[in-house]
Amino acid sequence: MKTHTIVLLVQDRPGVLSRVAGLVRRRGYNIQSLAVGHSEQPGVSRMTIVVESEDVEQVVKQLYRLIEVIKVSDVTDDPTVEREMVVLKLNASSSSRHEIVSMCGVFDAKIVDVGASTMIVEMTGTPAKVENFIEVVRPYGIRELMRTGRIAMVRGARGQFATEYVEHAGGNGVPVPASK
Amino acid sequence: MSETRTGAQIMCEALIREGVEVMFGIPGGAIMPFYYAMWEYRDRLRHVLCRHEQGAGHAAEGYARSTGRLGVCIGTSGPGVTNLVTPIADAMMDSTPLLAICGQVGSHVLGKDAFQETDITGITMPITKHNYLVKDVNDLAYVFKEAIHIATTGRPGPVLIDITKDAMQKSTVPNWDQKLNLPGYKPTYVPNRRQVREAVKLLLSAQKPLIIAGNGVIMSGAVEELRHFAETLRIPVITTLHGIGSFPESHPLSLGMPGMHGWVHCNRAIQECDVLFNIGGRFDDRVTGKASTFAPNAKVIHVDIDPSEIGKNVKVTVPIVGDARLTLQALLEELPPREELAEFHSYASDWLEHIRDLQEKHQGKQQYINRANTAHWALPPHDVYEKLNRTLAARGNYRVVTDVGQHQMWAAQLIDWNAGPRTHITSGGAGTMGFAVPASLGVAIAHPNDTIWAIVGDGGFQMTNQEMATIVQEKIKNIKIAVINNGYLGMVRQWQELFENKRYSGTPLSGPDFARLAEAYGWKGLTVEHSDQVQAAIDEAHATDGPVLIDFRVEREVNVFPMVPQNKSIAEMIITEADA
Ligand SMILES: Cc1ncc(C[n+]2csc(CCOP(=O)(O)OP(=O)(O)O)c2C)c(N)n1
Ligand SMILES: [Mg+2]
Repeated sequence: MKTHTIVLLVQDRPGVLSRVAGLVRRRGYNIQSLAVGHSEQPGVSRMTIVVESEDVEQVVKQLYRLIEVIKVSDVTDDPTVEREMVVLKLNASSSSRHEIVSMCGVFDAKIVDVGASTMIVEMTGTPAKVENFIEVVRPYGIRELMRTGRIAMVRGARGQFATEYVEHAGGNGVPVPASK
Repeated sequence: MSETRTGAQIMCEALIREGVEVMFGIPGGAIMPFYYAMWEYRDRLRHVLCRHEQGAGHAAEGYARSTGRLGVCIGTSGPGVTNLVTPIADAMMDSTPLLAICGQVGSHVLGKDAFQETDITGITMPITKHNYLVKDVNDLAYVFKEAIHIATTGRPGPVLIDITKDAMQKSTVPNWDQKLNLPGYKPTYVPNRRQVREAVKLLLSAQKPLIIAGNGVIMSGAVEELRHFAETLRIPVITTLHGIGSFPESHPLSLGMPGMHGWVHCNRAIQECDVLFNIGGRFDDRVTGKASTFAPNAKVIHVDIDPSEIGKNVKVTVPIVGDARLTLQALLEELPPREELAEFHSYASDWLEHIRDLQEKHQGKQQYINRANTAHWALPPHDVYEKLNRTLAARGNYRVVTDVGQHQMWAAQLIDWNAGPRTHITSGGAGTMGFAVPASLGVAIAHPNDTIWAIVGDGGFQMTNQEMATIVQEKIKNIKIAVINNGYLGMVRQWQELFENKRYSGTPLSGPDFARLAEAYGWKGLTVEHSDQVQAAIDEAHATDGPVLIDFRVEREVNVFPMVPQNKSIAEMIITEADA
């Protein structure tokens, strides 16, 4: 099934993540990944959701029904920069350690911890490149694997600008803080 | 005004500022501070003590739907608020402006499974337009303002505010002047002109145009505009269950109700029309039947204030997001001068004539009266409706609240709906049995000069009749209940008869003597077992200065026809008993 990448700007209020996740589930769409964090504007968060579906028009419209959702963009067919990160704990015996290090060089991965028999490596890239890297290091033995959700940003001058939508966003509390 | 107030006082003042006059609820531990405070405001803020929170919720819905104003209901933490879940879901489905105010345990024990703690914001997330958990007294003034704004604007809906007990008890100086901070909530009222022109162009290209009018016409106050629009173009009008009241059925262009229990000529007209103009309806599956077969020859224009409704169930050629009233006004402005409509009018009148022929052939309401082999029935249900209909039309000043089941569909079919908007109130989208009796309480409080008839089945009546005590305690006199008592969960029994070989599993239903029950509540109770007694009972109900219940013991196994079986095309109707 086709996957769609949807980028949302949301008001940063308690519960907004579960509202968005709950809505997508309720309307019958499967979430492949979801990433959320602060945006360039205080009080506004940006989410990237990857959903499996032929058509996301309904889910986009339904997301707009959520009061805290400011902007929804289906960027699936737009030119975007897409990134995921993977952190892996690999078996690393003294004999394989060198090979792993050079493989990390090829993929621009970072070695962030070295133990007696294990190594932790961190790698960031397009979803395909991350996938590729995981396959390449799999033969060494993956002890633990952790992947972030995908984040996506439209290339060029076009995009979603939180500052355009929000004049005076509040902080993390329920409402905007009392004007002093 | 900038004096220190407790949170609970702020809640009362916030409600008064927003024009709230009545609230329906039941107190309990976590909401007690609010009840303590509301005593001070009782001359401006009336509290109606209900017998069950579900009753409070439906009463608030009845108030809201019959006025267009906000309905307010109150429950305490835990079971109090879980009892509100059904009316909240009902309000969500039928776009009713409802505010649910809930007491929550103290913030210091929140999340610790404290006594009567329930995560009601979590539970109601999918069935509210929005909800809040307030833990800080300083947030209350703002949250109430925002919540009421959200509940009553755009596509209205239920909003819930859960407030911890300590937030109600603490004090602060409320700031009433905070500006709404809702960058993501900007409902579109004014339609796009280009789309409006497209709609006009498409409509005028039609030879078989048809209007479907839904709840949006009533909610936006567009009844006059709809009449003007239909008359100017001479397009026939179908009214959905929630569109009843948006267009008088006595009007020469009115066709009646479509859908599962709609009239044959309405469904046929939908299947034959070439342009379908839906104003403020959401193409519910009870209207469309199997959606892929719905209106196969039509290009569709869909006007809705909620963009997510457009294209959800039915493919649309011209979408218009906007308020029904403003859209009709814009459409009227864009229409060509009358001289240019001559050809269109001649098509429209041929088309209407064709639909009237269909209507003649399939009898419509007459089919109930003309049915064979019913002479031995002591009390056919349609006799009740026929007499009630005639009496109401003659007396005027009435509103009808219906429950869910066969009796509800008969009311929609057999009463001539000419009394205008907000005179037919029912649970449509959710189909909530138990709606009618408590909802009639809310309607009666909002309209003390009207007679409110609650038409309810023996099943639904036994779900929420406890609110009859509330009606007495509140000294409400203008409610009359008609129980259409068939000794069955009738609508389910009908499906069992038609599609499950008459396996009446879980549908035969007994009950107490409803008239005596009514008497026990302090009502007048009447029992009618024969058609001859119907008129006298209705007259006595009207003549009585107080609430009256009539137990109509109708013929037990009567079906609602016509009927479109579930998931079938609306072209495949069971028209009478003989087709079943
Ligand atoms: C709360 C609730 N429970 C169950 C149903 C399913 N249901 C729909 S109609 C119906 C029968 C209603 O019986 P009654 O109130 O006697 O009305 P009648 O159909 O006999 O007129 C039932 C059980 C429902 N709609 N609502
Ligand atoms: Mg019944």
